Amino acid sequence: MGAGHLVPLTVPGPSPVHAAPPQVKVAAALLFVVAVVCTPRQAVWAFGVHAALLAAVAVLARVPARALLPRLVIEVPFLAFALFLPFIARGERVEVLGLVSVSVDGSWAAWNILVKGLLGLTASLLLVATTSADDLLRGLEKLGVPSVITAIAGSMLRYLGVIDGQMRRMQVARISRGHDPRWFWQARAVASTIGALFVRTFERGERVHLAMVSRGYTGSMPTIRPLPPATAAGWAAALAVPAIASLAAASAAAGWPT
Amino acid sequence: MAHVTAAPALRLDGVAYAYPGGRQVLYGVDLEVTPGERVAILGPNGAGKTTLMLHLNGVLRPGAGTVEVAGLPVIEANLREVRRRVGIVFQDPDDQLFMTTVRDDVAFGPANLGLTGEALVARVERSLDAVGMAHVADSPPHHLSGGEARRVALATVLAMEPDVLVLDEPSSHLDPLARSELAAVLQGLDATLVVVTHDLPYALQLCPRSVLLDGGVVVADGPTGELLADTDLLRAHRLELPYGFDPRTLNPRTASTPASPSSAGERR
Repeated sequence: MGAGHLVPLTVPGPSPVHAAPPQVKVAAALLFVVAVVCTPRQAVWAFGVHAALLAAVAVLARVPARALLPRLVIEVPFLAFALFLPFIARGERVEVLGLVSVSVDGSWAAWNILVKGLLGLTASLLLVATTSADDLLRGLEKLGVPSVITAIAGSMLRYLGVIDGQMRRMQVARISRGHDPRWFWQARAVASTIGALFVRTFERGERVHLAMVSRGYTGSMPTIRPLPPATAAGWAAALAVPAIASLAAASAAAGWPT
Repeated sequence: MAHVTAAPALRLDGVAYAYPGGRQVLYGVDLEVTPGERVAILGPNGAGKTTLMLHLNGVLRPGAGTVEVAGLPVIEANLREVRRRVGIVFQDPDDQLFMTTVRDDVAFGPANLGLTGEALVARVERSLDAVGMAHVADSPPHHLSGGEARRVALATVLAMEPDVLVLDEPSSHLDPLARSELAAVLQGLDATLVVVTHDLPYALQLCPRSVLLDGGVVVADGPTGELLADTDLLRAHRLELPYGFDPRTLNPRTASTPASPSSAGERR
C-alpha cells in the first residue's frame, strides 16, 4: 500500500516558528514573496535585507542550511536560462575580465531572476519546513480559500503516493515482460501505461467518492479540527517579516538611499 | 448500538438492478437480516455481491423492488439516516482513507453527521481504540501496513456507530495474522454484520448464517457450516473450499479461534 517515496519537506522541531498558527505563516510568506518581487533589481542592498530576514527566521526555526540547500536545486533549470541572458541580450555591453563581452541589461535580468527566485523559493521552503502539509491546508482554509479547493489539494497529497506506487508496479510488470524502453519507438508502451494509469486513477476517484458518500458526504467538507484563532501578537510577530521586507522594497523603489 | 425494534435490520424485497447501459446484475433478491445477526454473502466473481452491497445504504437504488433498513425505506428523504445506520467498509483501504491523517479520516463520517468538538474527539478515540489503532492516530494513511489500514478503515465506519456493518471482502490481501486480528476485532462488535466475501473459511469463522448469491439471485440461505459442506452446491456456483479443508469436519465452534485481543494492538 504504502508509498513512502515522497520525501517529506517538513523539518520537525519545536520552535516558535513551528508553533505559530499556520494561517499567520502562510500570509507572512505570501506577503514576503510579493515584497521581494516588487523590489527594484538594482537595489542590491534591499535583497540583502530580505536574505537577512530569511536567515533570521531559519535560525529561529532551527532549520539547518543543509536541509534547505539540496531543495534549492529545483531552481537550477530556471538558472540555466538566466545564465544565457547576459550573452544573448541586446543593448550596452561591457567586457568581463577582458575575456567576454556581456550585455549590461541582460546581466541585470539574470540577477533579477536569480535573486528573486532564490529568495522566493527559500521563503516557501521555510514555510513548508515549519508547517505540515495538513496544517498548511487548514491555514489556507482559515485565510478564506474555499474548503472544496483545500479538500482537492489534500486528496492530491494523499493519493500522490498511491498513484506513484501504482505507476511503479506497472513499470516493474512491463520491464518483467522484457520491455526495455531505450528507443523512441518503444515509447508506445510507456504511453499506454500512462493512459491506463489515467483510467485507473479516474476509477479510483469514483470509488473514493463512493466511500465518502457512504459516510454521509453531501458535497461540503465538514470542519473536523477548527484552528484556534491567531492572537494579535502572533500576527504582529509574523507580519513583521514581510513588513520589513516591504519597507526595504518601497524605499529602494523610491530611490533611497542612492 | 443495535436498536431493539420489531423490524428486521435489513429487508430486501425483489431487488432488481441494471447498470446504466443495460447490464442487469440483480434479478430479484429477497433477503431479511434480523438485528444482531451475522450473515455472510457468498458468491463467485460477478455474482452481484458488490452491487447488492451498494443497495444497502442507498448508493444504488433498485430498479424494481424495495430495500428497508430497520423499517426505514431507502429513499432519497431517508438517505442520511440510512447511511448513519448502515456502514460500509470498502475492499481497498486506499479508497476509504482519503484524508491526510488517520484521525481526520475517522472524524470525517461523524463530522458529516453533525458531531463537533469534544464529542467528535471522543468518538474518534473510541473508534480507534475499538480496532486497537489509537497509536497511529496522527500518521498519514499511506504509512500503515495492509492490516493496519484495513482496521483503520473499519474504524472510520465504526465512528458513525452503525447498526449494520457491511464489509466488502474484508480478508483480501491480508496476511494470516492480520486476518485473524481483524476477525478478533469483528467478533467483539455488537452491530449486525454483513460480510460480502468469497473467502469461505472466513465466512465460517465470522458468520453463523450464509447467503449464496449467483446470477443476481439468492440460490441458497442457511447455516454456514451446512452450506459449505454441500460440495455439489458450491461447485455448481463456482465456489470451493480451499485445499486441505474437509467439508465433513466443518464445525463453526472449533473453526473460530479468535486471536487474543492484546495482539490486535501491536504494530508490525
